Amino acid sequence: MSHVMKRGAAALAFVLILIFGSQILGAQAASAQATLKAVQDRGQLICGANGTLAGFGRPDPQGNWTGFDVDFCRGIAAAIFNDPTKVKFVPLTASDRITALQTGEIDVLSRNTTWTMSRDTTLGIDFAAVNFYDGQGFMVRKSLKVNSALELNDASVCVQQGTTTELNLADYFRANNMSLKTVTFQTADEAVKAYDTSRCDSYTTDSSGLYGERLRLTNPSDHIVLPEIISKEPLSPAVRQGDDNWEDIVRWTHYAMVNAEELGVTQKNVDDMKKSDNPDIRRLLGVEGKFGSGMGLSDDWAVRIIKAVGNYGESFERNVGQGSPLKIARGLNALWTKGGLQYGIPVR
Amino acid sequence: MGRTRLTSTVASMAEVARLHAGSGAKVRPGARRAWRLGSVVLQVALVVVVVGLLYAAGVNAARNLAAAHIASGFRFWDNVAGFDISQTLIPYSSSTSTFGDAFWVGLLNTLLVASLGIVFATVLGFAIGIARLSRNWLVSHLAGGYVELIRNVPLLLQLLFWYNAVLKALPQLRGSMTLPGGGFFNNRGLFLPKPQFAVNFRYVLVALLVCIAASILLNVWARRRLDRTGQRFQIRWIVAGLVLVVPYLVFLGVGSPLSFNFPVMGRFNVQGGVEILPELAALLLALTVYTAAFIAEVVRAGLISVQQGQIEAAQALGLFPGTTLRRIIIPQAMRVIVPPLTSQYLNLIKNSSLAVAIGYPDLVQVFTGSVLFITGQAVEIVALTMAVYLVISLFTSLLMNWYGHKVRLAER
Repeated sequence: MSHVMKRGAAALAFVLILIFGSQILGAQAASAQATLKAVQDRGQLICGANGTLAGFGRPDPQGNWTGFDVDFCRGIAAAIFNDPTKVKFVPLTASDRITALQTGEIDVLSRNTTWTMSRDTTLGIDFAAVNFYDGQGFMVRKSLKVNSALELNDASVCVQQGTTTELNLADYFRANNMSLKTVTFQTADEAVKAYDTSRCDSYTTDSSGLYGERLRLTNPSDHIVLPEIISKEPLSPAVRQGDDNWEDIVRWTHYAMVNAEELGVTQKNVDDMKKSDNPDIRRLLGVEGKFGSGMGLSDDWAVRIIKAVGNYGESFERNVGQGSPLKIARGLNALWTKGGLQYGIPVR
Repeated sequence: MGRTRLTSTVASMAEVARLHAGSGAKVRPGARRAWRLGSVVLQVALVVVVVGLLYAAGVNAARNLAAAHIASGFRFWDNVAGFDISQTLIPYSSSTSTFGDAFWVGLLNTLLVASLGIVFATVLGFAIGIARLSRNWLVSHLAGGYVELIRNVPLLLQLLFWYNAVLKALPQLRGSMTLPGGGFFNNRGLFLPKPQFAVNFRYVLVALLVCIAASILLNVWARRRLDRTGQRFQIRWIVAGLVLVVPYLVFLGVGSPLSFNFPVMGRFNVQGGVEILPELAALLLALTVYTAAFIAEVVRAGLISVQQGQIEAAQALGLFPGTTLRRIIIPQAMRVIVPPLTSQYLNLIKNSSLAVAIGYPDLVQVFTGSVLFITGQAVEIVALTMAVYLVISLFTSLLMNWYGHKVRLAER
């Protein structure tokens, strides 16, 4: 209810700014290189997050934000302030998120957002690094006795609007000569609710999201996720186009976490690891070289990140993997050395 | 016409002000002409300023978009949309239809729900408005209770109530209600047999049109006769015969060119037939029930405005209460009712955009929803959508003003 109005207000404000706000936007364009400075002056990072998706980004009953995407923002805050709590999280719907980034309401968008060419080239935003390789899947009731998405001919599918999911869904059914009844909702909340009340036979979103949303259903155990993955969904944090330094900081926050996992550096052993003889570890942890200052940060930037949220694998397992109710397998998100796609760009 | 009237109103206001300022001094004709000239200059200047501002805003927006690396323009219009829409009144397919087609689909869905809503809300509103003035205590208080309950609860809440509390409580697919005549009713909608017209059906349509035309001519003749001779000629039954029986005979004559496509229960969904989505039903219910409460008040005010003497005169002439209502009260009440009724219609049209809350694919949901999020071109899409609502509303106002002009009492 409130998000409808909020979205309307945000869209209107955006249009007004674009039309009348040469001063506002002009000033913003001039300072596009200075997101880091703005964040430092403010004393706080403003991070666009999901708000309702278990495992990725939502506040717990005490109001503390948790999740994989949330950890990522805490990592950035740690790199800048050496304090992972200096983040303000802004819950965004799929439809609000791009506008929030374009208008400068948030500094970074860390909200399971798929990197696509049109988003990258026409929306005035840039994607920093793929921190979760995902793919779209389907959830159905067990009682339907469906074992494959290919059996869903003529089914009704609930889907959230403004997502790549909406487009992949139509593509997949078309490619397999199946007919489809789509019921489109503006928020994942509404789509899941409609699925839960049997308005649709199936709910579709990124498979990571399916596991998260399943926990919110009336009887989670009555539902299964079908084996088919019908799309590539490289999820990536995004920043406004035009501030290369800020994009570097966001990108390298991710690679610091991946490199740490590759090198066996964990939240617990990070201080001991500084004494390591391995030059890769020494460079990552700022013992050798001055890599942090190249981004306007201190040279122990990576140590701060790892102390705050752990390495990539730790964050993954804690939030969405075996240490969480979601129990998502590493799959494509395993390190490249273990058959996955996560590959740390060298710190050198 | 509107402009000249506005000008003269402004001019006369200015004259009044001038008379006051000049402490009653008489205005010379020359001064009046000079003022007229001044007002024209002023208006031209105003138009220039407004157009200039709009132009500057457009240029500014384009420059800002370019600076923020955001694409602009309507080049997206002919690109393939790629997403599916649950209710389409024109052929639409996610693989071949464009964003432009999606716009028309959304617009037609908006027009559908708005026009149905206006019809239903008018009927219900008039019924309740009249019921409120009933001498029957129960009827008038029920109507009063309805108005007070409905108009004091936000429309969005009512919409969510109808959608989530009422329609979701309907039977699920497996336990569908089977309707007499071969329909289904469940929480995915109402499924009815779909009429399929064979080619010969056009003769039936032609017969129907001819009969309607004949009825109109007959009515004109009957009225002339009434005016001329004072003799009443009852055409009701003849018209009924013409419009119903003749086309039916033609229908039988050309070999019953109509069949039905019955909905059947499939594995997941009901297949075939006509489908009325629960989203449409909920939106229509909410808009109808809500707007009817306001229309009822408008109607009540209009009816009360008719002088008691008119009713007494009608009674003195021995007219039946029903005839009094139809022939004496309502025609006079209409001139009071029409202007505020227009506002209610406009509200209903604009309120239909709340569709977005329950997933009914109206213009806002499809165009400023899916299309906007996929293309990211907020300025063009929001501006176009606003312009569309403006045009629909202005057109509605125009129609209603024309009607209001027609029912205006001829002053004697």
